Amino acid sequence: MKTKGKVWKFGDHINTDDIISARYLNTTDEKELASHCFESIRPEFSKNVKNGDIIVAGENFGCGSSREHAPISIKGCGISVVIAKSFARIFFRNSINIGLPLIELKEVDEIKENDILEVDFENGIIINLNSEKTYKFQKYPEFLQKIVLSGGLMELAKKYLKEKNNENY
Amino acid sequence: MTITQKILSKHCGRKEVYPNEYIECSVDLILANDITGPLAIEEFEKVGAKKVFNPGKIVLVPDHFTPCKDIKSAELVKKLREFAKKYKVRFYEIGKVGIEHVLLPEEGLILPGELIIGADSHTCTYGALGCFSTGVGSTDAAYAMITGKLWFKVPETIKFHYYGKMKEYVGGKDLILYTIGLIGVDGANYKSMEFSGEVIENLPIDDRFTMCNMVIEAGGKNGIIKPDEITDNYLKEIGIRIKIDEDLKTDEENDYEKIIEIDVSNIDPQVSAPHLPSNSKSVKEYIGIKIDQSVIGSCTNGRISDLRKAAKILKGKKIHPEVRCIIIPATQKVYMQALKEGLIEIFIESGCVISPPTCGPCLGGHMGVLGKGEIAIATTNRNFIGRMGHSESYVYLSNPEVAAASAIKGEITHPEEVI
Ligand code: SF4
Repeated sequence: MKTKGKVWKFGDHINTDDIISARYLNTTDEKELASHCFESIRPEFSKNVKNGDIIVAGENFGCGSSREHAPISIKGCGISVVIAKSFARIFFRNSINIGLPLIELKEVDEIKENDILEVDFENGIIINLNSEKTYKFQKYPEFLQKIVLSGGLMELAKKYLKEKNNENY
Repeated sequence: MTITQKILSKHCGRKEVYPNEYIECSVDLILANDITGPLAIEEFEKVGAKKVFNPGKIVLVPDHFTPCKDIKSAELVKKLREFAKKYKVRFYEIGKVGIEHVLLPEEGLILPGELIIGADSHTCTYGALGCFSTGVGSTDAAYAMITGKLWFKVPETIKFHYYGKMKEYVGGKDLILYTIGLIGVDGANYKSMEFSGEVIENLPIDDRFTMCNMVIEAGGKNGIIKPDEITDNYLKEIGIRIKIDEDLKTDEENDYEKIIEIDVSNIDPQVSAPHLPSNSKSVKEYIGIKIDQSVIGSCTNGRISDLRKAAKILKGKKIHPEVRCIIIPATQKVYMQALKEGLIEIFIESGCVISPPTCGPCLGGHMGVLGKGEIAIATTNRNFIGRMGHSESYVYLSNPEVAAASAIKGEITHPEEVI
């Protein structure tokens, strides 16, 4: 799988309230959540973001609450991958579980706003088409790949249900 | 192994687990609330599940926007209610509901050695009773409701060893704010935080809950305290008699990734400035900052001992005329106890308003949302941008005594100043 998109650059410790403010948590609608994505800290984001765009951030991206509304709103904006120095753990597991790709990369400081990146997930390579630099990234461990490749955690739940039903008959 | 690793290994049916490996564990309790529950239910229904793995082990607590603040939140709670009825899982209706992380232990649903997950980041609170408990997402909750299992990465454990004598007006909240200030908001990312030492051994259970509650603010996966006599007494008080497993302790110092020693003798009451919980310093550094609102409540500091501490400061005094002071007993039981002890009377006489048990302003939901430019001091756990309302409002975090004293003065102050 490959993706190409424009970079939206963010700093360290972007928290889940920054991503989607609690006042919008009274809905679970992906489109509506997407329309308020990053509203407090970058009001123009949700209007201008394009399908396939890429978020690049610093340390501890997604810290704060367990709201899955955060990765859902990002995914709903059409963001194809989030690249950060590190991720907060609940955000990390939520993203794996819903199939929003995340990449940990130490060299994010070299990537600038509006750069165009090409990400090759199979080979673990990112190419910055502006600076022409290439980066290698660590792919998910096998255990997590199984979840991501199955299409998220609920696909595994489906499999589980199927097996259970077979048992019952 | 550390306590956390022991609990995880027991729940994945192995003798031993190693830090950073991925395992699938059985879960003893699954929690979801009015924000995260509906998403979990949607996922549950989407895959066509017909039953939950064990109705007794699922708890739905609509505490964030209740009593429902608007039509949308009413619809969310309705979804929980209908699901609970259909699948016979636990559901707390208005009149019974309280803030989840205070309610569940009170209801006797949390035991030492158990593995608990909640679709709420402050699920880590229960580690105060010596269980492994951690916040997860809605999809996690849905998967676990179906299968009774969930995946985990085995965390490394950092030991925090507290020694010395605490100053007056210093409690669990100050220790944890100080600790987060020390290690930063990602200082324990993916890790388990184990609190120990003479200070913890003598720390009341409510303060232990407060400390474990905020490990997520340092990125921690879980907080944990070795169960002891204080734990046992608490369980007895709520009517639970069990023998605590003596093996619920960390075997060797070598099992820790790191040990951090903290001398509490010099720690003042702490205040965390906007917009990160790690901006914690002595209250003395912030004295004189004018406030518009003081909020005493939440899953961090809405327990009976917190209200007692606030009442002690407020007794016979008046809230500053330009300040709104909002008191939120975390559960009906806390509310009733406060009533019996005459605390509610003290609060009302001093000019506070009492909210029904709810998360309310803690997440900028309702019952005291801030407008543009307004400043609050709160006993809650997060002071992120816009957390309590407008994106240009400001939240300072503190313990209940500091929040009460500041409400009297109209500016951030040390409790000594008003006593
Ligand atoms: S009181 Fe605040 S932190 Fe606690 S569960 Fe409610 S919203 Fe979350």
